[in-house]
Amino acid sequence: MNEMIYTVAFYIFAAITVAAAFGVVTKSNLVHSALLLALCFIGVSGLYVLLQADFLAAVQILIYNGAIAIVFVLGTMLTRRSQRHGTNDTEVNIPSRVVTLVSGLFVVVTLGVIATTPWHYSSSVIVEDTPSLLAQLILTDYMVVMEAGAVLLLAAMIGAIVLAKGVEE
Amino acid sequence: MIGLVHFLTVAAIIFAIGLYGVLSKRTIVGILMSIELMLNAVNINLIAFSRFITPEVLTGQIFAIFTITVAAAEVAVGMAMIFRVYYDRNTVHAARLDEMRW
Repeated sequence: MNEMIYTVAFYIFAAITVAAAFGVVTKSNLVHSALLLALCFIGVSGLYVLLQADFLAAVQILIYNGAIAIVFVLGTMLTRRSQRHGTNDTEVNIPSRVVTLVSGLFVVVTLGVIATTPWHYSSSVIVEDTPSLLAQLILTDYMVVMEAGAVLLLAAMIGAIVLAKGVEE
Repeated sequence: MIGLVHFLTVAAIIFAIGLYGVLSKRTIVGILMSIELMLNAVNINLIAFSRFITPEVLTGQIFAIFTITVAAAEVAVGMAMIFRVYYDRNTVHAARLDEMRW
């Protein structure tokens, strides 16, 4: 019974995610794309919950839906011109059949590799309390990487402000 | 039974959709959104590997956190550049930004 609920939840979240991702690249209105992107992030966070990464599911909703999707919606509205349709068209100079073929080929090759690889599932016990272990790892083993990430974020934010505001000469 | 293969399949499909968007979208904002889709597919892969292959050390989740950090920085800088380009050229179409074309 529990197994069945897990399976049904997986397929629901996978369908939401894939359908929303498909809508992001096919919708011709950029605002619809941005909102579908937020829905896609919610589906991905559902998949994280199924993978027992509850902290990352919360981070996904907080950062991706709270910050990145909002930035996209804002940016879309600030850079949109008067017309409402055709703001997110596909490129006409590139034959879209070629692009579709390349993407389809990528899926086929990847699925072939996934299906033929013998995966060695680990039988060790799954960590239930992920936030405390993650905090311990980040502040011990991955300390330098975390500091580098912090500096990167700071530099990116200052750079973004300077880029968007412009330098007075 | 849902295993690693199912999650990898979903991630591969999302990555291919993002690839299609990057290659075919006209505006920079659409391309940036597609890059976000691809980063999310990578995150699903990382966490799925962490859950099924090495569940006791959580390395994949740590890497996913760093991916999210880099994605946030990338979106901030990318949107700032888009504002700048729109301010200067009054367009966000990638094909019209051909200043560096040789």
